[in-house]
Order: sequence, then structure tokens, then C-alpha cells
Amino acid sequence: MSPKRKGSGAPALARTAGVSPLVGKLAAPVTVLALVAIWQLVCSVGLVPSFLLPSPVAVIQALVGDWQLLAGHAVTSLAEAAAGLACGIALGFAAAVLMDRFELVYRAFYPLVVLTQTIPTVAIAPLLVLWFGYGMLPKVVLIVITTFFPITVGLLDGFRSVDPDVIDLMRSMGASRAQIMRHAKLPASLGHLFSGLKISATYAIVGAVIAEWLGGFSGLGVYMTRVRSAYAFDKMFAVIILISALSLVLMWAVGALRRKLMPWERSEG
Amino acid sequence: MAQLEVGHVCVAFDGVQVLDDISLTVPAGHIACLLGPSGCGKTTLFHVVAGLSLPDSGSVELDGRDITGAPGQLAYMLQKDLLLPEKTIVDNVSLPLVLRGVPRAQAREQALALFDTFGLAGTTDRWPSELSGGMRQRAALLRSYLFSQDFMLLDEPFSALDAFTKADMHAWFLDVAERFGTTALVVTHDVDEALELADEIFVMRGAPQAGRPTRIVGTERIPCPRAERASFALTEEFLEHKRQVLALLG
Repeated sequence: MSPKRKGSGAPALARTAGVSPLVGKLAAPVTVLALVAIWQLVCSVGLVPSFLLPSPVAVIQALVGDWQLLAGHAVTSLAEAAAGLACGIALGFAAAVLMDRFELVYRAFYPLVVLTQTIPTVAIAPLLVLWFGYGMLPKVVLIVITTFFPITVGLLDGFRSVDPDVIDLMRSMGASRAQIMRHAKLPASLGHLFSGLKISATYAIVGAVIAEWLGGFSGLGVYMTRVRSAYAFDKMFAVIILISALSLVLMWAVGALRRKLMPWERSEG
Repeated sequence: MAQLEVGHVCVAFDGVQVLDDISLTVPAGHIACLLGPSGCGKTTLFHVVAGLSLPDSGSVELDGRDITGAPGQLAYMLQKDLLLPEKTIVDNVSLPLVLRGVPRAQAREQALALFDTFGLAGTTDRWPSELSGGMRQRAALLRSYLFSQDFMLLDEPFSALDAFTKADMHAWFLDVAERFGTTALVVTHDVDEALELADEIFVMRGAPQAGRPTRIVGTERIPCPRAERASFALTEEFLEHKRQVLALLG
């Protein structure tokens, strides 16, 4: 039997702590608002000079004022992230299936997959720019390198989580390897896949930005380097907020997809 | 209906002789029990009969057809229901048909026709996690049945259930087997369960780990008709059979 999974951890936590659901739900937003208020206060009173730390109001003004420019750069970054993520998923999927099917492939390549994770992104990004130029390719490659690991590992863990007795049972029904993959292993790995995808989705955006820092003509990372050299810290904060927001939206989208594709989870817990 | 014949099966693992010259016949339409202590190699024999592993020597025949080492010939069911948590009950149950290439809609239809008989009415679109242990076991049995009506291989199918559910399931299983004329071989370590279900009991004895390979030490035939099984446990006859079996187990 699969372990019981809750739809979401937060309400359960709130219950155990003896906090009413409404208060539990509001706790995080209220904390954020309070921090923003303190930040605004610090700036308004003049504790920190405004060129070092722009006030939240100034950041919002920068965000609104530069909106069209930011949107254009965001489209580039999102396109890179999407392309990288798509390739990362395809590659991660192929790697996981091959490693599951052939023990030798697993033994030969798994350490290599782990190794790609130990390579610092900022260190390899300049090399990728040298090799692949200032276009979209180095960004996509960097994102593929960072995203395919969580997906491969997630899928492999999922494949291996299937009870060996289930596999025996399916074999006794005359199921082929492909059928065992399709009916037992793949569905069992969806939960792991989505956990990996959630991480990968945020890596994808951050990976795009880092690659853009090092060279390119458009993208949020390019915007970032430009406003930094102009010491426009309000715009700097604006783009940081935008990147966070994009990552959050992507994570939410992965969550929504998960709920859609894994209806059996809703009935548990 | 089908007759199973296991002939002179020997299995060794890493130089340890586990099964020694196991021969048994389950006549068509009969329910036979394999009774033996834990760790004596019942499951090893099961894997051989199911075709999941090859014996070192010996053969398995279904209706005179050699099926040694050929999986996919008879239905197989374990103590764990092994329902896939990601499929609804009807999709779980119709899986063997889908694996065989029957279109999904048709497979569902075929399965649904049997839901009432198997006591699964109303569970069609539920997830396995929403069902009780007894219901899940019924679903697993229907899945086995849809795979093969002729012969079922059951490895301690009811041992994870509580006593009340187990008694219910025994009565219900006998009823279903009678109705469909199913031949079955049931592995169990529970003497009472064997006596309640079986037309014949094959008693296995041995401790492979201690250097004594498992053999079949005797066969006990229970002539009690299925209709009288419910109250059979209360009879003098039952106790007499039980004494015989316990004597064989040593």
C-alpha cells in the first residue's frame, strides 16, 4: 500500500499546532506584509540611504514604470526556461527509462548524473557562452544541465518504489516490460516526478537568469546586469520580485497539473 | 475447469536444496490447499507453478499442456491485494484484459458485469485506498478471475484479514468457486483455513535453511460437500481430519 499523502501540509500543521484554519492561512501573508511595512518605515525614517535600499513604494514604482521593458525581457527568459525545461524533462525521462531497463547503464551513468549536480552553475555558464555564443542555446543547455537531475532521480525513485510483488503479479498475467512500465511504474513515479519538476521549474528560471548575466541581448538577467551597472537598485529589486513571482507561478502551475493528473491523491489522507 | 499437475519439482538456491521431488495433482474443479510452516518454500513452489521461475528439474502441466517456466497461464493472487493505487477499482480489475489487448471500454464492461457477484457493487470508480481490506481482496480476486476462470493460484489470500472478514471471505470464496467451477490451489499456514476450504490438503514439511529440503509428507482428503462447509468446523469429523493433518505436520 502506498503511504498516505496529504493534499497539502499546511492545514495539517495548523491543526496539530491548535491554530484555527483561517489564522493558519493568514499567518504567512501577514508576516510578509509586516516585513514590507518595517522595510518601508526604515526607508521613510531615513535609517538607510535610499540609494542603498530603495523603499517598497519606489520598487513598485520602478516595476510599474518599466513594465513594458520588463515584460519583453521576461518573455525571453520564460522562453529559455520553457525550452530548457522541456529538453530537461525529455532527457531526464529517457535517462530514467534506460537506467531502469539496463542495470549496466544505471551503474555507468548514475554517478555522472550526480556529478552534473556538483558543477557550480556560475562556473560553467561562462564556458557555455564561449562555446555556444550569445544566443539562446547556452541558456537552454545550462537549464537542461540543472533541471534534468531532479527529474531523472525522481522518476528512478518512482520506478523503484513499485512493489516487486506487483511486477511479479503483472508478469504472471503475461505483461510485457512496456506494459509494466505503462501501468505500474509510470503511474507510481508521477508523485516523484512532480516533486522533481517543482524543483526543476524554479531552477529553470534561475538558470536562465544566471546564463543571461554572462552574455546575451535580452532576458531578465540582461536587464539585471544593466540596472546594476546603472546603480538603479529600485529596478534591481523590481526584477527580483518579478523573478520570484514567475517562479511561484510556475510552481503553482506544476501543482495544478499534479492535482489534475493524479486524482487518486485527492481521495487519500 | 482445468487440472493442474506438478511433477517431481526440485529447486535449489545457492546450493541449498529447497524443494525435493514435489508432485501433486489438483483435479479439475477442486480446491486444494498447500499447508506448511513458514519458510518451508511454499512461495518458491508457487513461483514455479506460476511460471515466474524455472525449477531445476520437474514439470508443471495444465490440462496436460507443459507450462513450466511460462507465465501468463493461470491466475495468481497474493496475501497483499496489490491493487495499483493509481487506478480506480474497475480499471484495476480489468487490467488483465487490457494487458491481453482488449480495448479499455470493453474490458471495463466485462469486469462490471461481475461486480455484483463479487460483492463489489458501488465501488466501480473508487480508488483502492478508499476500500476496506476485505473489499480490496475481493477486487483482487475478481482481477485474478478475469485473468483466468480455469485455474487460480492463491498465496495466503486471506491471512491479512481479521477473523470475521476472513470467515465471510471463506464462505464467499467457496460460493464463487462453486459457481464458476474454478480449480484452485491455495497456499496457507493456517490449518483451520485449509480444512475449511480444501477438497484435498497437501502437507509440506521441511526446513531448507536447516538442511532438510521440503517434501510433501502426506495428502488429506476432505470429502465434506461445499454446501456443508459453513458448519463443518463444528463437527467431530473436522477434528478427526485436523488430528491427521497435525500429525503429518509433526
